[in-house]
Amino acid sequence: MAGPMKMRATLAGGNTDLRVLMTHPMTTAQSKQPLHFIQNVTVKVNGKTVLEGEISQAVSRNPVFTFRLKGGAKGDKIEVSWLDNQGDTNKIESAVA
Amino acid sequence: MDSLRRTLLGALALAVLKPWAALAAWNKDAFGAKTPQDALKSMGAFDAAPSKDLVIDAPQIAENGAVVPIEIASNIPGTTAIAVVIEKNPFPLAAKFDFMEGALPFVKLNVKMGETSDIRVVAWAGGRQFAATREIKVTIGGCGG
Repeated sequence: MAGPMKMRATLAGGNTDLRVLMTHPMTTAQSKQPLHFIQNVTVKVNGKTVLEGEISQAVSRNPVFTFRLKGGAKGDKIEVSWLDNQGDTNKIESAVA
Repeated sequence: MDSLRRTLLGALALAVLKPWAALAAWNKDAFGAKTPQDALKSMGAFDAAPSKDLVIDAPQIAENGAVVPIEIASNIPGTTAIAVVIEKNPFPLAAKFDFMEGALPFVKLNVKMGETSDIRVVAWAGGRQFAATREIKVTIGGCGG
């Protein structure tokens, strides 16, 4: 079920803008499909957790997030991972460009 | 004896297969709350003070309630967390983000809105809570997806 993720981390104004896309149905209790949504999102920089998000079924299908990291340098390793209510998980890693 | 062994093996298999599940925290009470007040209480936010330093950027009118872009930035020094509450959604709490050393209190995300509603954003900073609200008018609701 874990669809592909996309991520772009770029330096902007002395900080790092991080844009990440997750492929996920994000179904709600109101829909006819089984409830299936991402619950946890974690952002790590060079192995250190800097952001933890808890999200609900109210986040749109195929979630896109923009986060902003303090400072940063070309080559910093960014890892974003998610975990959903059915135990599926996925992650993506890339370097700051 | 056999059933005990099976239970233990099952637990072990779960632990091996889903090591993340046990670690990740998800505030079931807050996300399961049916009113914004209950959701905020479940996160320990009782008396958020209105703040102009909590900036919500969102469209005044959202044509499609299934994808409503919201950008939130906190200029309150020492902001450690931000929560997004969509007051009239069946489950009002949409998201909560904890910012640690290295992350700025900023997030942009797309949310679903069932109908026209106030969006309430709460920020935690220095042991206090701050809030800002913004109304978004929704033409077509987006909770059926």
